[in-house]
Amino acid sequence: MSAARKPFSRTPAAQRSNSAGLVPESDLRRTINSVLRLAKSIGVAETEVHVDEVDDSLTRFANNAIHQNVAERGLTVSVRTAVDGRTARATTNRVDEDSLRGAIESSLSLAHSQPQDPKLLPLPGAQRYRKVSRFSMPTVTLTPEDRARAVRRACDLAVKRGQVAAGIFASGQSQTAMGNSRGLFAAYRETHAEFSITMQEQPAASWAKANSANVRNFDPQELAARASEKAHRATNARELPPGHYTVILEPSAVLDIVGFLFYDFAATALADKRSCLNDRMGKQIFGKNISVVDDAYHPLQLGAPFDGEGIPRERVLLVDRGVPKGLVYSRASAKIAKSKPTGHGFMLPNEHGEAPVNLVFGGGNSSIEEMIASTDRGLLVTRLWYIREVDPYEKIMTGMTRDGLFLVEKGRVTSAVRNFRFNQSLLEMLRNVELMGPAVRATGEEAFEMVVPAMKVRDFHFSEVTKF
Amino acid sequence: MWDLSVQALDTARLRGAKYADVRVMHLRQRDLTTKNGLVGTLAQSESIGLGIRVLAGGAWGFASTDRLTREGVSACAVQAVSIAKASAIAKRKDVVMAKEEAYVDSWQSPFRKDPFEIPLETQLDLLLAADAEMRRVKGVTLTETDLQFRKIDSWFASSMGSRIHQRKVISGCGIVATSFQGEEIQKRSYPNSFGGQHALGGYELVESLELIRHAPRVGEEAVALHAAAQCPQKNGTLILGGSQLGLQIHESVGHPIELDRVLGEEANFAGTSFLTLDKLNTLRYGSDIVNVVADARIEHGPGLGSFAYDDEGVPAQCTDIIKGGEFRGYLSNRETAHLVGLKRSSGTMRTECWNRLPIIRMTNISLLPGTWKVDDLIADTDDAIFMDTNRSWSIDDRRYQFQFSTEIGWEVKGGKKGRMLKNPSYSGITTEFWNSCDAICDADEWVLWGTPNCGKGQPMQTMGTGHGASPSRFRNIHIGAAFSK
Repeated sequence: MSAARKPFSRTPAAQRSNSAGLVPESDLRRTINSVLRLAKSIGVAETEVHVDEVDDSLTRFANNAIHQNVAERGLTVSVRTAVDGRTARATTNRVDEDSLRGAIESSLSLAHSQPQDPKLLPLPGAQRYRKVSRFSMPTVTLTPEDRARAVRRACDLAVKRGQVAAGIFASGQSQTAMGNSRGLFAAYRETHAEFSITMQEQPAASWAKANSANVRNFDPQELAARASEKAHRATNARELPPGHYTVILEPSAVLDIVGFLFYDFAATALADKRSCLNDRMGKQIFGKNISVVDDAYHPLQLGAPFDGEGIPRERVLLVDRGVPKGLVYSRASAKIAKSKPTGHGFMLPNEHGEAPVNLVFGGGNSSIEEMIASTDRGLLVTRLWYIREVDPYEKIMTGMTRDGLFLVEKGRVTSAVRNFRFNQSLLEMLRNVELMGPAVRATGEEAFEMVVPAMKVRDFHFSEVTKF
Repeated sequence: MWDLSVQALDTARLRGAKYADVRVMHLRQRDLTTKNGLVGTLAQSESIGLGIRVLAGGAWGFASTDRLTREGVSACAVQAVSIAKASAIAKRKDVVMAKEEAYVDSWQSPFRKDPFEIPLETQLDLLLAADAEMRRVKGVTLTETDLQFRKIDSWFASSMGSRIHQRKVISGCGIVATSFQGEEIQKRSYPNSFGGQHALGGYELVESLELIRHAPRVGEEAVALHAAAQCPQKNGTLILGGSQLGLQIHESVGHPIELDRVLGEEANFAGTSFLTLDKLNTLRYGSDIVNVVADARIEHGPGLGSFAYDDEGVPAQCTDIIKGGEFRGYLSNRETAHLVGLKRSSGTMRTECWNRLPIIRMTNISLLPGTWKVDDLIADTDDAIFMDTNRSWSIDDRRYQFQFSTEIGWEVKGGKKGRMLKNPSYSGITTEFWNSCDAICDADEWVLWGTPNCGKGQPMQTMGTGHGASPSRFRNIHIGAAFSK
């Protein structure tokens, strides 16, 4: 297990602590070139190499105390070989020469076991990438003690108010680099920080969460105070009958439900006839106030400016005033559709093709307060939970409200309400949007982060009520 | 391997840890899929590293590394102690652990055919043949198949002197046919949806499931669903097939009995539980015939929740969860056992990988067999809907209110299984549901289903769990709410 790491000369381990950060990009490039040389020396026609590294920490608290506190670091090398229309991948986290040679041979062995695919594309050549800056030193230098002190303050607030706090404070950095035997090389690094808190005031609870590349872009104490205040308001919930309600969905609630729509914008999903957009492209299926782009370069987005094959990500207009207009393409799906790849492909080989991963909604200019003021009777929804697809073509989703559901009457929040189960078509929901707020970077637990607005939606269907 | 573990333990102790345990793990995985007659994913991976959990200053710290050198391991142990001391900044009380013996042991899960030794061509030929059989059915628009194999070696060492090596071999497979027609997408899966059936075992599991033989039926049912009647919305009798009942157990028994959830440790993410401590030995969870156990012992399966020792070094056990309908037990660990009056952990700490902290997880949470033959059960039923193979699942964050939909259903009228129904769903409140159970099929129909994708914890961990179940009948269930208007 302690074999020499010949092709990958990191800073000597003895000089680095376990949390000394990411290795230099030049080391990743050296590793990639070493694998490419090894593969060439054993006669591999085409080779692609990914190197990924993480250095993450997460402090978890519950019952007003830290109960889990973890750190992880790791580096993986993933090798894809392609020979005579056959391709396969092998991944290892051992970076000595023998292990890397073993990964190449495993990939080759897998590749040779399959029938030839005449449609397999050759690897792409060198590409040009737009620069993105998503690396923040305040996040890198955050210590376990910094996180613990912030957690302590949040827990002290809970104790002071007779509440119980649970949540996480996480920070970390990661990088990915890839290269192939046709001269492509791409590299990206980012930092990420996240604070999430649930304040419980039995039998109620509420929640707040934020994340960013820069830990200074959010204030854990402000999030704790917001969750605390809302948890207090959520007590004494009354039960209402299921039915159709006007809802005001906060950005996290919007994110987690619309997040289920966007795999349908993959060209491969349409070719497979599993997308709700089959036979619906170019038709007015959403309201005219709904426009969506995929934009990796948006200032509120995170993520690499290239895809799993190293193709630069492009900004793609997906929905224009309620009409689905665009799809995202990998190289393979673009070739079949006689279109251009958009830089959204997954690492090959895979059967899913591609997906948009940097969604940005157009949004509006109504504040949540204005939405409440304009509502005669409706429900204010903090968050949705355990969302699953019931019908893939009508896009009926089910799930629960969670952590703060409030009745709005005559323009005011009047009481807390017991949580509902919903069964709601997403297509219908996006036809019924009456007002939107400005699009913000939203975080939830069901979908990856997107830039979405709060929404006021009429006729949202709640089918059953739970016990709290 | 033990040298590195001992080095980590020694370093932790010298830095002030009162207790430490170390897991070195080596994970190997192979994934093969096909789609529409072509190979989809073809990948193999391995990962090896070390994770150390320490108790210092009365609080926990955990760190992990892939640098398996003396220097790398020492640095990792130092970091874990440093993190534990930081945890103590926000502690309310010192961690107390239940006593446990030290064990020195080596164990391997049973299998007859090592899936990593079966030629890749044989495995791909099987998938491509099953894929072709489904595509022969007119109206099938998408076919998918998959095989997944894992081999996991773990070396557990604790400062109490335990040294436990375990090797698990896990196999799984499944096929899916999808049909898009008009304005409807329907699909059928075999032997289960979302990846098929998975178990602790070798390639013999794949062979026993006869994917090629079942493929034509799977394709035909996917297409036939378009012409089937819509499942009605009503209150009525429900018969669940074993795989769907397995997921029902997972969501409405398995998760709520996790003591970390009960105690609020998952409140911010996975949620809490309606099974507050006052419910133990007082709640009527189900009807008299409902008996559920958490059984990690190999003789129960072997299933995805089987092992010899958990990842805290506690031997596998069988715990009564529901006995004669009464709620009898939780899933606990060494830290929480005393809170429910236990002197010892129930042995349910599990970790996904070397870089994750062990947390309380389901083992094999199984509904014990009843007395009915499935034909007799149907013959005994005047009016019901038989639902099988999960399509969607959702439950609230305290595990009261749930809704499931399945791929397929059939009417049962006058003691006979009749016409096919599409888009079936049912919903309810957990304890009301289990109290409505009036018939459970016997051991001949009982299968230990594997759920390979249970997510929990932050950072997220995916774990395999087992759920033994046989077809069962439930009365006065709310049916069809998912498609209500």
